[in-house]
Amino acid sequence: MVEKHIQLAENSVEKETTTINLGPTHPATHGIFQNIMEIDGERVIKTEMTVGYIHRAFEKIAERRPYSQITPLTDRLNYCSAPINNFGWHMTIEKLVGLEVPKRVDYLRVIIMELARIADHLVCNSVIGVDTGALTPFTYVFQWREKIYEIYEGICGSRLTTNIGRIGGFERNFPDDTWKKIHDFMDGFPAVLKEFETLLTRNRIFMDRCIGAGAISAERALNWSMTGPNLRATGVDYDVRVHSPYSSYNEFDFKIPVGSAGDVYDRYLVRNGEMWESYRIIQQALDKLKGMDSSIFHADAPEFYLPEKADVYTKMEALIYHFKIVMGETDLPPGEVYHSVEGGNGELGYYLVSDGGRTPYRLHFRRPCFIYYQAFNEMVAGGLFSDAVVTLSSINVIAGELDA
Amino acid sequence: MTKEIIQERLNQAFSGAALQWAEPWGMLECTIPADQNLAIVTFLFQELGFQFLTDITGIHYPEQEGKELGIITHLHNLKDNIRLRLKAFVPVAAPDIHSLTSVFSGADWMERETYDFYGINFVGHHNLKRILNVDEMDYFPMRKEYQMEDPTRLDKDDEMFGR
Repeated sequence: MVEKHIQLAENSVEKETTTINLGPTHPATHGIFQNIMEIDGERVIKTEMTVGYIHRAFEKIAERRPYSQITPLTDRLNYCSAPINNFGWHMTIEKLVGLEVPKRVDYLRVIIMELARIADHLVCNSVIGVDTGALTPFTYVFQWREKIYEIYEGICGSRLTTNIGRIGGFERNFPDDTWKKIHDFMDGFPAVLKEFETLLTRNRIFMDRCIGAGAISAERALNWSMTGPNLRATGVDYDVRVHSPYSSYNEFDFKIPVGSAGDVYDRYLVRNGEMWESYRIIQQALDKLKGMDSSIFHADAPEFYLPEKADVYTKMEALIYHFKIVMGETDLPPGEVYHSVEGGNGELGYYLVSDGGRTPYRLHFRRPCFIYYQAFNEMVAGGLFSDAVVTLSSINVIAGELDA
Repeated sequence: MTKEIIQERLNQAFSGAALQWAEPWGMLECTIPADQNLAIVTFLFQELGFQFLTDITGIHYPEQEGKELGIITHLHNLKDNIRLRLKAFVPVAAPDIHSLTSVFSGADWMERETYDFYGINFVGHHNLKRILNVDEMDYFPMRKEYQMEDPTRLDKDDEMFGR
């Protein structure tokens, strides 16, 4: 129990603690959500989290949208790693209809998903630096997030909310200059990540601020249903890529970095370790792509995949499918699937109930942020206020994913 | 631990509950009576290693008389890597079900979200109030009677494309 600084008489109308609002718009929250904190001096007694400021009713909207038009909604969940959300949604539908995608599509997806993971972790880890007073590493690595965004741009035309890929594959093959950008990224990134680690990992000030801050035990983290790097920092090696492999992840050789203390510093180390593993996965995927037929970039699924424009004007089937897809008239078989992918923040799940119509009967997103953010009170209560701010950035709460 | 052992153990322990099993798309699924959900989840947690709550969500079937609202719980046995989906149905007139917060702390917000959108009353929840919608809201927006678009709008008529 924390010792109170102010002692008041028993029937006093005054309070012994101070109530402050961290958020909804506050630089420390990195998003729109509120923490109502009871503080006693510099110590946090408890905090109450209020969420829902950017709730956009995606689950309700999805019940009226054809399947292909739900992809842009998934972008806006965790917008730091939108391609993972997009592919996760495509894979959910592929699972429901039993669509096999070619190996090359799997590997291309793996490359983009791991790039997205690197982009996500770069933001999170460098922002821990910013909140502990080190702005330089942030400016260094943001240049490399930019390079990843340029790769997305070459493939799908957009950068943040990507809407990348289609059900069954990609909308077009990767252009040559995008391949060049991917290879340039692979050549230059290790030195950058090494430099980033040199700046922060053994930095005395950074270590003093992070070690022991916002710690949670493995048992409590599991009980709170935490997933992703935040769970792995406590020492539990649960990773959806290993436990329920999708997109040929079982063919790749990679490790699951784990921590032990579950504090800010371990979360930072786990994310850095994951970036190295992601880099290795991309290398392996690039090796696997060598010698494959480079013209394949989508599955043969005429009901979901838009035909070539030239065919639409000359072939009857192509015209019919084009019309059906554009108008969203493709019916899916009735059924219930749950598919999950390892998003930047943890297990991102899609629970889809189809009644055989053109839109989902029910679609639920299991959003890792929403689920682990409720443990925030337990992580920061009793600690210093400044630790709470660092904890908030280290658990990487993304407002879009929090509120759906 | 395999799926067969789980089915056998649960059927034994809750022989009066008439559990219905299915396995759509490789995920073990069990429809359970709503009044026994806490007992079944506690049994799964303590005896069968389902120590991870993946998700709780709701669903609304207006045409199912007497069991309009569904509560869908996804559990995960991380040690043996088995996922299990539990489904329980309650009538829309009395949507009461036991809260799982005594077993899983993480059920807190998941149940608040389900309450917020479907109005399912989780008995035993310490703080069951709206989470994503505004507190003043007096209806449960994910129920099927609330349409996405204003049905009186003529420019949004989708007799041809949509429902």
